Amino acid sequence: MSELLRVENLTKSYGRQRGCTDVSFELWPGEVLAIVGESGSGKTTLLNCCAGRLAPTGGSVVYETRHKGLIDIHGMSEPERRFLMRTDWAFVHQNPRDGLRMNVSAGANVGERLMAVGARNYGNIRNAALDWLSRTEVDPDRIDDLPTTFSGGMQQRLQIARNLVSGPRLVFMDEPTGGLDVSVQARLLDMLRDLVDRLGLSAVVVTHDLAVARMLSTRLMVMQQGRVVETGLTDRVLDDPQHAYTQLLVSSVLQP
Amino acid sequence: MNEPRLDADGEMLCLNGVTKTFNLHNQGERTIPVVTGVNLKLNAGECMALMGSSGSGKSTLIRMIYGNYGCAAGEILIREEDGSWTDLAQADPREVIRLRRHRLGYVSQFLRVIPRVATIDVVSEPMRLAGASDSESRNRAAELLTRLNLPEALWDLSPTTFSGGEQQRVNIARGFVHPYPALLLDEPTASLDKVNRQVVLDLILEARDRGAAILGIFHDHEAREAVCNRFLDVEEFKAAA
Ligand SMILES: Nc1ncnc2c1ncn2[C@@H]1O[C@H](COP(=O)(O)OP(=O)(O)OP(=O)(O)O)[C@@H](O)[C@H]1O
Ligand SMILES: Nc1ncnc2c1ncn2[C@@H]1O[C@H](COP(=O)(O)OP(=O)(O)OP(=O)(O)O)[C@@H](O)[C@H]1O
Ligand SMILES: [Mg+2]
Ligand SMILES: [Mg+2]
Repeated sequence: MSELLRVENLTKSYGRQRGCTDVSFELWPGEVLAIVGESGSGKTTLLNCCAGRLAPTGGSVVYETRHKGLIDIHGMSEPERRFLMRTDWAFVHQNPRDGLRMNVSAGANVGERLMAVGARNYGNIRNAALDWLSRTEVDPDRIDDLPTTFSGGMQQRLQIARNLVSGPRLVFMDEPTGGLDVSVQARLLDMLRDLVDRLGLSAVVVTHDLAVARMLSTRLMVMQQGRVVETGLTDRVLDDPQHAYTQLLVSSVLQP
Repeated sequence: MNEPRLDADGEMLCLNGVTKTFNLHNQGERTIPVVTGVNLKLNAGECMALMGSSGSGKSTLIRMIYGNYGCAAGEILIREEDGSWTDLAQADPREVIRLRRHRLGYVSQFLRVIPRVATIDVVSEPMRLAGASDSESRNRAAELLTRLNLPEALWDLSPTTFSGGEQQRVNIARGFVHPYPALLLDEPTASLDKVNRQVVLDLILEARDRGAAILGIFHDHEAREAVCNRFLDVEEFKAAA
């Protein structure tokens, strides 16, 4: 086994404003990496650069493509990168409205992703949509309803169904349980954990919730002011934190 | 660390000069020295009790071996299937995860419950992760839960709402579901009634008989005497404060 994604010395600045600085990590198939840190520490910036949604100022993001081996995603042509994002990758936004099309039905939201990778048979697409709605615990009877009629938790699960239906290898998630109430969060988390486990997906998950990181990830990266200050096995970083900032983060919550 | 460093055949676990100090950066840079220079060797088929007063570092040592706490100085060598040795003190996260899947089991003092995951899945998971099939793992999990007298009606529920003793039995079943060659136990018999305590002691003895190397903490004197054939006082390694 070897790496699926390799990020080297990644830096992104917004003019004089710092986004993230000199971040490096590797992700192997089947691994889940969580990124935690205070607001403004550069988590979303880093995730967007890794997922090809934002051009870095420096450094590289190299991805093991199915057919051509390791390729720097920011050196690809725009259509190539878009194709990769549609087929191999998925991106789950914190706000489901950013990841869904709100003016088409739930079924169409899921089906669209399949059509983007070449599916044409209407019956098959509808069946796949039904299957994924039930796997993400959205009542299949709601397949023809608009996402605007869904609760926040249902919208988030629909966004996940839309993302996973096309069989991605790598999933990026930005605060997937943010903005949901606690019981809905638990349900979503359990579902994500199970899906990642059963499908053998690799994932990079940004969260400010240490309990979410503990439940979903095997490795953890702690960011402060744009830099990675500590990284390692998730349970070790949380139970025996070394850096002053990580110790502060861990001690300010109950039993992460 | 791949060349065999120890000759004895049955050795499973070997600690050399293991030292631990906690540095609390936000509490006036306080340091808490716990243990210094711990040496121990554990063979297959042995069960060693860690002894010492509260706060002497028994749980800390177990967590260091499991990779849950870091190890600043010393070696924590575990024997691989092919006879080579790996130093857990230096292992990267991927290696620690591999060792936890296949070589090293751990029963913590309390179960960490995951909401909504059924008891039977909580218990069978380690065996699945070690490579067994779904049905094989579930059968073994069911067998253990039955022995531990956990009513079948509870198997499909998440342990979130279980009593302390029920949760601990789930935790024990989870720790014993895969036949790890090395097993770490932190107070496995605490909060259990007499009947279930005996079941746990039987499980430990069976693991010993199949050749597991076991390192455990037992507050209960009788339990300790019943299953342990080696004893180590952690106070011997008390760090100077
Ligand atoms: N488009 C932008 N233009 C200018 N500055 C930006 C832009 N996007 C982000 N920043 C700045 O970059 C820094 C990192 O922002 P980022 O969104 O990555 O933080 P974050 O860790 O995701 O925070 P949060 O937890 O609040 O979402 C912040 O100081 C932010 O103000
Ligand atoms: N994560 C941690 N951070 C800081 N200090 C810790 C941590 N874990 C343990 N300690 C300290 O290390 C020392 C040893 O604790 P440990 O839990 O290993 O004791 P023990 O021998 O298992 O005691 P008991 O019999 O009460 O369970 C204590 O002083 C404890 O406060
Ligand atoms: Mg953000
Ligand atoms: Mg203890």
